[in-house]
Order: sequence, then C-alpha cells, then structure tokens
Amino acid sequence: MARAEATAAANQQAEFPPASGRVDAAVAERLKHFYHDMLLIRRFEEKAGQLYGMGLIGGFCHLYIGQEAVVVGMQATLQPRDQVITTYRDHGHMLACGMDPSGVMAELTGRHSGYSGGKGGSMHMFSREKNFFGGHGIVGANVPIGTGLAFANRYRQNGAVCVTYFGDGAANQGQVFESFNMAALWKLPVVYVIENNQYAMGTAVQRATAEVELYRRGSADDIPGEAVDGMDVEKVYEAGRKAVQWARDGKGPYILEMKTYRYRGHSMSDPAKYRTREEVQQMREKHDPIDTFGARLVRNGTLRDEDLKAFDREVRQTINRAAEFATDSPEPAPEELYTDVLK
Amino acid sequence: MTQILMPALSPTMEEGKLAKWHVREGDAVKPGDILAEIETDKATMEFEAVDSGHIAKILVPEGTEGIKVNSPIAELRQEGEETDAPSTRAAAAEPAGKSAPRPRPVEVRERAPVPAKGAGETPAVQVAAATPEIPQGTEFVTTTVRDALRDAMAEEMRRDENVFLMGEEVAQYQGAYKVSQGLLEEFGERRVIDTPITEQGFAGLGVGAAFGGLRPIIEFMTFNFAMQAIDQVVNSAAKTLYMSGGQMGCPIVFRGPNGPAARVAAQHSQDYASWYAHVPGLKVISPYFAGDAKGLLKAAVRDPNPVIFLENEIVYGRSFPVPKLDDFVLPIGKARVIREGSDVTLVAHSISVGLIMDAADALSKEGIEAELIDLRTLRPLDTATVIESVRKTNRVISVEQGWPVCSIGSEIAAVVIDEAFDYLDAPPVRITGKDVPMPYAANLEKLALPSVEEIVSAAKRVCYR
Ligand SMILES: Cc1ncc(C[n+]2csc(CCOP(=O)(O)OP(=O)(O)O)c2C)c(N)n1
Ligand SMILES: [Mg+2]
Repeated sequence: MARAEATAAANQQAEFPPASGRVDAAVAERLKHFYHDMLLIRRFEEKAGQLYGMGLIGGFCHLYIGQEAVVVGMQATLQPRDQVITTYRDHGHMLACGMDPSGVMAELTGRHSGYSGGKGGSMHMFSREKNFFGGHGIVGANVPIGTGLAFANRYRQNGAVCVTYFGDGAANQGQVFESFNMAALWKLPVVYVIENNQYAMGTAVQRATAEVELYRRGSADDIPGEAVDGMDVEKVYEAGRKAVQWARDGKGPYILEMKTYRYRGHSMSDPAKYRTREEVQQMREKHDPIDTFGARLVRNGTLRDEDLKAFDREVRQTINRAAEFATDSPEPAPEELYTDVLK
Repeated sequence: MTQILMPALSPTMEEGKLAKWHVREGDAVKPGDILAEIETDKATMEFEAVDSGHIAKILVPEGTEGIKVNSPIAELRQEGEETDAPSTRAAAAEPAGKSAPRPRPVEVRERAPVPAKGAGETPAVQVAAATPEIPQGTEFVTTTVRDALRDAMAEEMRRDENVFLMGEEVAQYQGAYKVSQGLLEEFGERRVIDTPITEQGFAGLGVGAAFGGLRPIIEFMTFNFAMQAIDQVVNSAAKTLYMSGGQMGCPIVFRGPNGPAARVAAQHSQDYASWYAHVPGLKVISPYFAGDAKGLLKAAVRDPNPVIFLENEIVYGRSFPVPKLDDFVLPIGKARVIREGSDVTLVAHSISVGLIMDAADALSKEGIEAELIDLRTLRPLDTATVIESVRKTNRVISVEQGWPVCSIGSEIAAVVIDEAFDYLDAPPVRITGKDVPMPYAANLEKLALPSVEEIVSAAKRVCYR
C-alpha cells in the first residue's frame, strides 16, 4: 500500500469531487484507493483477531475495526515528509502509512521479521522510512511527542506537518492540554486528530469529560477545532486537507474531532458490557465506513459490484500471505534480548 | 468447511467454558453475529463470527467446561469458500495438522489459578496458623487474591465512612482486573468513583482529600500508569509530613497491579518495587498470598501514612487459604518465613514467592534445604528476619522481577553484608529481571524474567554443589 503516497500525490492536483455525479479519473483513482485501503485494514484486523484467538498473538491487541475511514482519509491529505504518531490502537495507522502488512503482522506474532524485530509487539511499532513514529502504550504520552515532532519541523523549517492521533479518553490527560498550549504558543505545525470512538475502555465520553464536544478542547488556546463524521472517508479527507493546509501554512495547530466507533471490545479481553448489542449492530448496519462508501461508489458509477469483490479477493490474499509470513517467521534470536538498549 | 476454534479471549486464558450457544446448526451467520458466550478466567465474553456462512455442525455442547484454546467447537460452511485461498484459510482455522500453530507461549509463568502450593501440606498455612494474628483453630477459606483484596476494601469501607475508592474503571466496569467487583453496588457512586484517564490529577486529588480528612484508596489500573503520577506520590504524599514539621499527614493507599503480566511488552511490564522502596515517607507492601493481601491491605487503609500497595495481575487469579476472622489485620513491616531450611535462604516478594517455592521443592530433591522468606513489606524492610535466617544458613539469594541495578536484592545484599558478614559462606546472589526493557516476543520475554532454573543453579553454586 505505498498507494497512500500516490493518493497523496493525486490530490495535489484534483479538487474534491461532489458525493455523486461523474468524477474525473484522478479523483476516481483516489476514491478506489480509499476503498481498498479501508478494506485492507478491516481484513488485517479480522485476521489479527483470529490469530489472537489461536494464541499466536499475545498480550494486548487493540483492533481498529470500525474506525478505518479516519486514518485512510487523513493519510491521503499528507505528503511523504509528514509524520504520523498514534496510540496502541495502531495497526490501521501503520497500514495507511504504507507499512508492509506482513511486517506488521509478524510483529504481532512476536517474530524476528516484525517491524520491531519482535520486541515491540502490537502497541509498539515504528517505521523511520514511512515517518511513522509509533505505537505508544501510555495514554496521552504520544501527544507531546507529536507536538515535539512538529516543533522540530518548525525549527528546521522543513514544511512538514505532524498528525497526532489520540482517543477521547486520552483527551483528558494533563499533558494533552500542556501540548495544546505549547503548540498554540509557538504556532507548531501539528494536526491533532481526536478519534472519538465514544468510549475509553468502558467509560463513555460523557462519564469522563465535562465538555463532550472534544473539538472545543483547544478553545482556551484559540486552536481551531472541527467535528467530523469519522465514518465517512470523504468527509474526513475534506476536513483533513483544510487542517493540514492550515498547519503547513504556519498558522499553528488544528484539532479535528473524528466521531467514530469501534466495533470490537477495547482489547481482546473486554467483555464490553458497557454498551448494548443493538448500539453496535446499529453502527455496523447503518454507518459502516466501508459498506456505505462501497455502495456510494457503485451508485455513482465509480466502481461496479464485481470491482468491490475483486478488491476483497486481492486484499484477502495479501492478508493471508501476511498471516502465513507472520506464523512462519522465526522468533528473535536469544541474543536479541540484550541488543538495542543503548546505541 | 472451516472449523471454528475455541478462541483465546484474554492474555492469560488457556481454557474456558462454553456457557451458551447463540446459534444452532443450519443458522446463517455473518461477521459480527454472536456465536457463543464463553467464560474466560476473567469474564464472560461474547464470541463473534468473523466470516459469513452457515453453521454446519456444533461440536461442543453448551455448558462444557475446560475447553482448551484452539480446539474446534463448530464447523462453518462458507459461501464462496473456493475463491478464498484454501490453503491459508485452513492454516488459520485448523488447530492440528499441517500448519498447527505453535503452542501458546505463556505456559511458564501462567500457572492455572488453582490452589497453588499449599492448600493442604502447605508451609504457608502452617506458618500462618502459628502467627499471633490467627488464633488456634481458625477456619480457613480458599480465596483468590483478587477476592481477598476486594474483601479487604469492602470491610474497611464498612468500618470507616471516610474510606473511598477512586480510579479508572473501578466502578461500573468493576475494575479493569475485576478487583473492585461488587463495590459500586454496595457503596454507591459517592464512594466508588470512576475517574477520567488523568493519573496525575486523581493521585493529587487523593492527596488533597487525605489532607482534608478522608481515607482515599487510589487505584492505578497498573503501576505503569502511576509514572504519570509519581510526582504527586513522592513530592506531595511522601514528603508533606516532614515538610510540615509533623502537622500534616497523608493517610492514603495507592494500589494496583505491578510488574509484568503476560506479553504486554515494555511500557506495560515494569516492576516498580525498588522505586517506591527508595522513598522515605512511604510504606511499601507487596504480598503474594491471599491472606497477606487481605490483612495487609486492611492495615494499609488504617495506616496514617501514604502506603504503596503493589499487587500482581497474574497472582490475582491464584487461590490460597484466608483465615475466616471478622477483622484480620496484619502488621506492616514483617516478613514471614514460609518454609524452614538449613542450607540457603531464598528471599522474595510478590509473584517471585511462587518461584522460590518451586525452587525449594526442586532443591529438596537434590538434598538442599532452602529456607524461604516472603518479605511482604519492602519499606520498612524486615531486615531482622533476613539476618536471623542468614545466620543459620550462611547463604542468601534474593529473587525479584525488577531490574538488577539498585534493586530490592541490592538492598538485601548490602544489609546482609553489613550485619551478617561473618556468617556468610558465599557472596549474596541477586536474581532479577534482566537489565533490559521487557521484550514482547514470547521467547525473549521468558528469558527476561527470573526462572526456577536460575534459582536452583544459583543455590547449588552458593552451596558449592
Ligand atoms: C496513562 C495510562 N493510563 C491508563 C492506561 C490504560 N488504558 C489503555 S487504553 C485506555 C483507554 C483509552 O481510551 P481512548 O483514549 O478513548 O482510546 P481508544 O482505546 O478508545 O482508542 C486505558 C484506560 C494507559 N495505557 N495509560
Ligand atoms: Mg475511545
């Protein structure tokens, strides 16, 4: 999926299309990539869930299923020099950044050929090449780090923007507010993407947060904020372009609150008693980011039903290959225990 | 045909019960449909379909217990199966045969939550029964450490209206690790309080509440997240009595699981025992047995000082006898000899106590009798009990999961050299977690942690055998 970059290049030229009606070729290409990339993440996560169930993946494993539109739409607004940083719910972000599904899956199974050589696992993966800065397990901690990446961009005047993702629960951490203040004070090129999937583990937003409109969280620092339908990849893309441009133009930070939803439990061991079955079913049936978008593409003639099926076959093959690679690769050599502690 | 396998639904699950089927043979299913309810070691979980198709056969009837992870529980006939790269699908679905998954790699540390060493012949019980806190003839009830901690909090909350519990997911969710099960129901929202994810904030708020006359129990979901709050713990809770010339005081308990769980990698697998044990103005408790967990947590709540109470996620599910007494409170600062022996002293706390018990069994077969000390409290450290033992055995080995540098073992070694140098027949040995962040890979994680084999070979070495 180095396509993400191609997509980014494509949207340098094309203006955003209307939701229906004829779309020009470059735009159609981008929309196809949206569909493909979301599907890739979905199938990857389903497979990860299966491998977890088989005991091949251990520890914590936080699936991104339901939230795919957020990262796919945002990534398409970025240039290769831009950076991405996120939390432990990171598999989708890595795939969207163009990291290899096999390398990600092999990290999940703790194998030598994983992105961190098997030493980081699901929550801790990085790719210097793709400007993906992790994969962080401590809630809130990645937010000042993303702000620091933006600080380095400004310091070096390199024109890059850092997209910093975090959850609705993380939005309550003190260091998030500290970051907002610094980013606004120093006009740092950072876009904060709050993935509001409505729950932090078992805590619904309104039980933990006084101001439930999270996009207003930066208002004390005069940071512009916007609520976005995070189940709609085109809306994400549209909002993302504006926000990234704002940051790139030197106007400072921007907050996007993506209203989204996770279908699965918080991690694999969450019985999810805090919400009803119907609530989840309702989201899946009416707002699924992939199904609704696929149907739209068919309606407006960008793709045919057969094309969607072909995408699914291709993606499943990629994912099956990744799973095979991840189960066939050897574990790290015992000596690796002591490497990489210091340079 | 695709086999549906018994899933692993938590990091520590090895087998489970099929509590209920939500589908019958012949039913059509699509991704997201609930197939069954499965009871894990922690909770009852709904198990969802990943593929669409028809349930061809149910292989395990509902109500079946002890189903091993990865054994087939049903068969699914998928539509369009043929287009679906059959070989890899089979690999992902079949437990045995050509591409069988490797065995689940957590077995070593993951002992089933059965009555560990000890329910009957147990030195633990015998010694416990001999302690002054437990009168002769007291009845014992086998209890998990998880429930013992909950019972301690419930008893203290009934006793003192000023005691409250605060932390992430402690109320409605019943605790991330189910330690506070039932407390919201009994004590209500005023006293069992879910917080936002804001550790520095609620730890500091707890300190203020303690200054204001309350008796907070602050739960950290794990101590890894207490690093967000350690400034409040050290600078505010621990130092204020001293800085105020004795006027103030901070009766607060900070508790939660400490140390590595299973496969949760570097940022979630750290043992903070020596960090807190370093700090004057704190008391630090780290029990292993359920009875100690209960008696010491009750003592911690009553103590007028800030107490760090370090639990262990893997130990939560282990069961041990707990004395059936109305008000069982143990003294803070007392280690316990849990097995007597003449040849070498093994010292540990928390989950490592299980390791030294296993090591002692193995050593005994080779004619080496180890004396085992469960420190229980790390600050103040009961050095007298350690010294007395070393004077008898002339050898000491400490075991802990924390890193070696400036560890609890370093302190034990220093104390023993200081106070029993002339009695030593061999240098003190520290067995610790390896001096690296915790790796994720199953094989490396195992290597990073102290093992029974390491203890046994160190014991032989100091006994010159
Ligand atoms: C500092 C810290 N506290 C607690 C945790 C445990 N924890 C992990 S994820 C999580 C919930 C976070 O929710 P949110 O920010 O909404 O992100 P989501 O999981 O929904 O993507 C919690 C409490 C942690 N990892 N770090
Ligand atoms: Mg959330």
